[in-house]
Amino acid sequence: MANFVALLIAGLATGALYALVAVGFTLLWQTSQTINFAQGEFVMLPAFFMLAAMHAGLPFWAAILVGLALSVAILGFAFKRLLVDPMLRHGVLPLAIATMALSTFLKESVKTFYSAEASPFPSIAPDAYLHLFGLSVSWQNIVVLGVAIAAVVALQFLLQRTRTGRQMQAAAQNPTVARILGVPVERMILYTFLINGALVALASLLISPIYLAKFSNGDTLGLAAFIAAIVGGFNQIRGAIVGGLLLGIVDNLSAAYISTQYRGAIPLCLLIVIILFRPNGLLGRAEERTV
Amino acid sequence: MSEAARTRLNYAGVAIALAFLILAPLEFHRYGIYILSQWAVMTIAAIGLNLTLGYAGQVSLAQGAFVGIGAYCAAILTTQGWPLIAAIALALVLCFVIGWLLGYPALRVQHHYLAFVTLAFSTLAFLVFRNESWLTNGTEGIDGVPRPTVLGLSTTPHLYYYYFCLFMLALVTLATLGLVRSPWGRAFIALRENPLRALSLGVDTRRYILMAFAIGSALGGLAGALYAPLVGLVEPPAFTLTLSLNLLMMVIVGGSGYFLGPFLGGLVAVLLPEWLRVVDNYYLILYALLVMGLLIYSPTGLIGIVDRFLVDRRTRAASAARAAASASIERP
Repeated sequence: MANFVALLIAGLATGALYALVAVGFTLLWQTSQTINFAQGEFVMLPAFFMLAAMHAGLPFWAAILVGLALSVAILGFAFKRLLVDPMLRHGVLPLAIATMALSTFLKESVKTFYSAEASPFPSIAPDAYLHLFGLSVSWQNIVVLGVAIAAVVALQFLLQRTRTGRQMQAAAQNPTVARILGVPVERMILYTFLINGALVALASLLISPIYLAKFSNGDTLGLAAFIAAIVGGFNQIRGAIVGGLLLGIVDNLSAAYISTQYRGAIPLCLLIVIILFRPNGLLGRAEERTV
Repeated sequence: MSEAARTRLNYAGVAIALAFLILAPLEFHRYGIYILSQWAVMTIAAIGLNLTLGYAGQVSLAQGAFVGIGAYCAAILTTQGWPLIAAIALALVLCFVIGWLLGYPALRVQHHYLAFVTLAFSTLAFLVFRNESWLTNGTEGIDGVPRPTVLGLSTTPHLYYYYFCLFMLALVTLATLGLVRSPWGRAFIALRENPLRALSLGVDTRRYILMAFAIGSALGGLAGALYAPLVGLVEPPAFTLTLSLNLLMMVIVGGSGYFLGPFLGGLVAVLLPEWLRVVDNYYLILYALLVMGLLIYSPTGLIGIVDRFLVDRRTRAASAARAAASASIERP
């Protein structure tokens, strides 16, 4: 039982990370129909920004800020202006393929210009275990969970309670009407890209101490975000959170109790069942179809 | 340009391309011929995906898995002494049936959900290739897949096998051309453009969706069955999601929904990386940049560039004719 709870907490921590990445993924989809296949690499990259800043002699906290700023500027602003804007009008698939090329580009660039080896990355959590009611839980997991929850709550607050957040929601739900009502839709779309840049930097900060900073880190993560977003409903931020947590827990538990050989497939099969019974995802709304 | 002139131009283009494909390898070294054979094989798989995605509008991330199934069919049967043609038949039938079954979720879910279901299938297929050692020899894969003997001629030399692949590609091309020009092809396009309207006009969308999956997948299986003897070694890592995504890229970069799209996409996906090897370590970086640049310049792919050029010329010719006509009206 203790083992089960430990697995559950580890699964929750992994799931919280997936959720963080999936929320950004969903935001981009909502406002601009961007399926970002490079999302995993977006999480891989900020760790290297931070490492490079530390090599330049900055202390860890300053390096984090530099990484965050670069991430927002490059993975948020430049990504939107250079790649998304020119292709926005031409449907979902060409842009999705272009982001696939982008993911190769980012991965290979880090491998060639930084290092093909995994680099150790400092952790913001103490390397110790917390003993509670006969359970030992690593601080790492607790910090990951805590930071991820805080980030999601802050984002929800921004979206639900502030004027800008509501404008962003309006821009996502019905750009035409939002524009008529005077919402600067273009700027709202840009904001979602900037938020995504910040979210991936945060995820990078949390995940890199666990897996070490390596160019290939994005492979599984991007896929996990994609799956979490779909299972949750793709057009719902709450859905992405539920999808991420579910994926993390199912992944950890099925590997421990069912089969490690088919580790990758069991969550997928379970999730397919969900999709078939709820074709719009767990919390999704049906998207309107034009006849 | 009159209709007849354009047809003549088309025939000339096909003849030139065919002459190049037949004659060029005579000047190539072994590796060049090998890569060109790979182009022919992957183009067959991409033609299949173009039917499913480009014509019928059903997103599939599982084409690589079908190539894998076809390849394992060929590897298992031919190493047991069966002729390749039997393996090809089995691959076609097996992939047709599995593709048909995979089409069922597509009746219920669309777009990214469908992408997800096919992605899951792709992952599952990879794990089966890797874990079911009694059938697939696990991570070690199946080595020494023999080349077939065609018309009493062994195709062990790369050049002969290349001609065999080219012949198969030609067969597939003609068959697909027939298909997309038939009422079936029109029904596929109707499905893509507006499924609800197609349904209300009496198109049996259910059957056509399943058919689009089944036929596209069968072509993937055929490509796999040709791939196994080409490479000689069939192992799981060749058929991961990466292959499916690569095939998807071939279709989009070439021009999704255009008949010639997969051929051009194949050039970009198979040949371009090889040409870029001159820049050594940087070739993948450069390759990714080129693909992004191309898509930014022309989101409808390579065919889109040609199309835009032709439309431009036609509009200019038309406006010149209009100007001439109005001038002659003003001065009777």
